[in-house]
Amino acid sequence: MENIPVIKTERLTKIFPMGKGEFSALKGIDLKLGTGEFAGLIGPSGSGKTTLLNILGSLDSPSDGKALVLGQSIGKLTAKEAAKLRKEKIGFIFQSYNLLQVHTVYENVEFPLLLLNYSANERKKLVMGALEWVGLTDKIKQKPPQLSGGECQRVAIARAMVKTPSIVLADEPTANLDAVNSHNILQTMARMNEELKTTFLFATHDDKVIGYLKRKIYLKDGMIDKDVTN
Amino acid sequence: MIRFLLKGLIRDKSRSLLPLIVVAIGVTLVVFARGYINGIMVDMIEQTARFNTGHVKVTTKAYADNINQAPNDLAILDASNLILKLEDTFPDIDWACRIKFGGLIDVPDEQGETKSQGPAMGIGLDLFSTGSKEALRLNLAKSLVRGNLPTKEGEILLSEDFSQKLGVNSGDMVTLIGSTMGGSMAFYNFSVAGTVRFGNTGLDRGTVIADIRDIQLALDMTDAVGEIIGFFPGGYYNDELAEIVMAKSEKLFVGETGEYSPVMLRLRDQEGLSLYVDLTKSMGTIITFIFMLAMSLVLWNAGLLGGLRRYGEIGVRIAIGEEKGHVYRSMVLESVMVGVAGTIIGTSTGLFLSWLMQTYGLDISEFTKNATTGIMMPNLVRSRITPPDFYIGFIPGVVSTVIGTMLSGIGIYKRKTAQLFKELEA
Repeated sequence: MENIPVIKTERLTKIFPMGKGEFSALKGIDLKLGTGEFAGLIGPSGSGKTTLLNILGSLDSPSDGKALVLGQSIGKLTAKEAAKLRKEKIGFIFQSYNLLQVHTVYENVEFPLLLLNYSANERKKLVMGALEWVGLTDKIKQKPPQLSGGECQRVAIARAMVKTPSIVLADEPTANLDAVNSHNILQTMARMNEELKTTFLFATHDDKVIGYLKRKIYLKDGMIDKDVTN
Repeated sequence: MIRFLLKGLIRDKSRSLLPLIVVAIGVTLVVFARGYINGIMVDMIEQTARFNTGHVKVTTKAYADNINQAPNDLAILDASNLILKLEDTFPDIDWACRIKFGGLIDVPDEQGETKSQGPAMGIGLDLFSTGSKEALRLNLAKSLVRGNLPTKEGEILLSEDFSQKLGVNSGDMVTLIGSTMGGSMAFYNFSVAGTVRFGNTGLDRGTVIADIRDIQLALDMTDAVGEIIGFFPGGYYNDELAEIVMAKSEKLFVGETGEYSPVMLRLRDQEGLSLYVDLTKSMGTIITFIFMLAMSLVLWNAGLLGGLRRYGEIGVRIAIGEEKGHVYRSMVLESVMVGVAGTIIGTSTGLFLSWLMQTYGLDISEFTKNATTGIMMPNLVRSRITPPDFYIGFIPGVVSTVIGTMLSGIGIYKRKTAQLFKELEA
């Protein structure tokens, strides 16, 4: 199962203009990720983790090389096609949760389903299912400012998972959490990966996250330094 | 989805309440300013029309050429025939004969010697005929300070300030010393029926009013009048109607030549009123445009600030898969909702303030007491609510809000997705 590549990059390069010169954030990355992998991009700041995550999440495009996500070439997608890919197949989890502050827990989790035009009944069923996964069914009417950091991140996970995406991209998901909450969150994600076979790709330099990863891809100066599978 | 957006809009006060207040204030100002300026300008025009120009005026050509001097030696002769002709041709217009005259008012003592004397500007108008609207038009009954309106021949009204200057009370005799139509000296005794205050500094300075028949007798103007003025139905000057009436009058007077032949003047042709008439007509557009521009700039900035504050929300919506165009359209839709709500509130508030101003007015007599223009400035300025005031606010209210949002939204729309994502993570 893990042999089917959901993510594949070939000589992936990303160059940003910097003043009069250029800065190469990614220098010819070759990478394959199969279905159900629980992998992480590990490296210090400036190593290219977030840039790679952005490209794989179709939020940015490569300067050179190829990035195929679920068979679709990111560089060739129109803005509309990229939005469709994100909407249907990719879930995002952010360091700072990025919940919609004026909406309730229920509405935050419901939002991706609204974009997918699910009916009200289907939405209710899926939202409650996702909130059950993260143990927040008793907080559906609360708003993010009324929740703890750990609860917010659980809502973010439920929002990412509610549409059962093929890939979840998580950028430093535990950076704002304490050790107990971090482990809870990581256990939830590991369980989802285990049971739903969703591919998880993290960008992190947090040891707690690294401890949960089944595959560790170390980045250094925009290149893969090491790729270790447990 | 719309319900979801609406919930967000209502709950996020900085997205709804703040722009709503900005729009409501802006629209209130537009509606109030429009009503206020319209009121002032129309009042000025109508006050001038009532006392001086009429909406249209018929005089002789020679009189018209020297109209500022009110030259009664060039007055209309055979006036009763001309007015019949005018009434026949323009039955909807209310025609009235007037004689303007200048002279001295002399107040005698018990021995018949001059006690006091002062220069006066007089108006002779029809005070006694059944159906004459002249007393009503000049609001004489309400302007009365002492005494009564003239009820019989030989009575005269003096402005209150003038009567105080001369030391005259109602019932006292005064003598008008003037010049007859033929250029001889004219002396005519009047009994002071009462005093009036017009609320206009120029008129209150030294105006006297008497029935036109008395003035015709006094100035030897049998069946002669200085001017025949006409007032449009509805009570307000209408430039388009004036144009039609004047064109028709040219046909009516065709063949009449010479300096005593009648000629019609529109209100805009007199006392330099054309600029005011044009301004009144375009004032709504000018005010709306100025406010629209100002409000667009304010709302653009408010939109930009709001947009910057909403980077997080917009970034996450795009990351989750919402299309940029959809985000942009939803922002515009929000601005339409805010614009409409703000306009309704602003229009209601503006109309209420205008109504207060229309009902109670604002006393500006301190500013107008030294006015010397031919245009009569009323001492009490009032707003005037007209039908466009009920909908004019929608232009700056909705259009500016939407333009402001569209301009600020373009900045977000044009940003690269990854850039938004980065800002979102920052």
